[in-house]
Amino acid sequence: MAAKPVLYYFNGRGKMESIRWLLAAAGVEVFRTGQVPMVEIDGMKLVQTRAILNYIAGKYNLYGKDLKERALIDMYVGGTDDLMGFLLSFPFLSAEDKVKQCAFVVEKATSRYFPAYEKVLKDHGQDFLVGNRLSWADIHLLEAILMLEEKKSDALSGFPLLQAFKKRISSIPTIKKFLAPGSKRKPISDDKYVETVRRVLRMYYDVKPH
Amino acid sequence: MSGKPRLTYVNGRGRMESIRWLLSAAGVEFEEIFLETREQLLKLCQDGSLLFHQLPLVEIDGMKLVQCRAILSYIAGKYNLYGKDLKERALIDMYVEGISDLMQLILVFPFSPPAAKEENLATIAEKATERYFPVFEKVLKQHGQDFLVGNRFSWADVQLMEAILAVEEKVPSVLSGFPQLQAFKTKMSNMPTIKKFLQPGSPRKPPPDEHYVATVKKIFKLN
Repeated sequence: MAAKPVLYYFNGRGKMESIRWLLAAAGVEVFRTGQVPMVEIDGMKLVQTRAILNYIAGKYNLYGKDLKERALIDMYVGGTDDLMGFLLSFPFLSAEDKVKQCAFVVEKATSRYFPAYEKVLKDHGQDFLVGNRLSWADIHLLEAILMLEEKKSDALSGFPLLQAFKKRISSIPTIKKFLAPGSKRKPISDDKYVETVRRVLRMYYDVKPH
Repeated sequence: MSGKPRLTYVNGRGRMESIRWLLSAAGVEFEEIFLETREQLLKLCQDGSLLFHQLPLVEIDGMKLVQCRAILSYIAGKYNLYGKDLKERALIDMYVEGISDLMQLILVFPFSPPAAKEENLATIAEKATERYFPVFEKVLKQHGQDFLVGNRFSWADVQLMEAILAVEEKVPSVLSGFPQLQAFKTKMSNMPTIKKFLQPGSPRKPPPDEHYVATVKKIFKLN
């Protein structure tokens, strides 16, 4: 039994990327091979992205100190999950649909999601989203921010607290390491990734924008 | 304020029904507010009640919670329906997530155009009988226990029960070929809180009809 968690997925972002982020932030080393979001960890073969993420967050103390903090974390992660979810199908869209989807996601980010997190930070004035302590919610939000900035580099203009948040969380040692070249972080999905996923899953040939 | 959880949604199942199931299974009474106009939704957005401008909203223990999973996880944790440790929680999460993929098909079904309904119904039947139900049939067979996880009633059991009944409404014979699930369904139906929920007069909502679909489309401005 490997002591390090083993990740089964494609060699690309997709649904596994949030898991890589969270493991990296917790300072956990991983091996990886193969197929569909599956993680072998602590004697379990876990599938379902959310189940995996919940487990890692709980195990590495990134899930708040009690039920109420966990509820807040779940709520915030739900939002960033929805936002990043709009981008999951992006690599599989036609060039024209990519433009439409990009505009759609940026609009949702800047009119619905970023304002919500900006307000959370403003209301309590703390460095982290929940409980004045680093949690999964912070890591997930950073991932979402960086993904959006890949689509629109000034996505955070108008959100000063999120800009400060981004700098702060990015400089946490484990996350800084993950953001440096040579880490397990995956690049933006390219044509090779698209071709692999289509070939293995035999799906996503005719994807429509949201 | 009565101290009971307060649910805000449309008067119908949708994304609130799983929450009604779980609270009821836990024996928790709650209040409900039913929106009928778009103006009511916009007002909630403006007054800051809805973090992401979305429903469902559940006010519980001083929090205004949105995001179904967050709400359900909180309820499960609070009422001891989330396993005894992290590993049991992982199993429950895994099962619930799997079932929710099936529930998603049922959720969107009433909104599909008439021409697509027959095909979508066939998809629901196929996914239930070939992908999802076999998994749970196997889980129950392998450990031989009454409940999915940890030999104890949990959120996973409630979610599976809801899914079974929802699919059966559309595909009455769907459990033929799944003897463990049939026995599971019977056992769940006889649990006092669930039995009560399945009786007339409970908070359980009827299957979505045209009026429900029209109300949702109007309030959320869908086409």
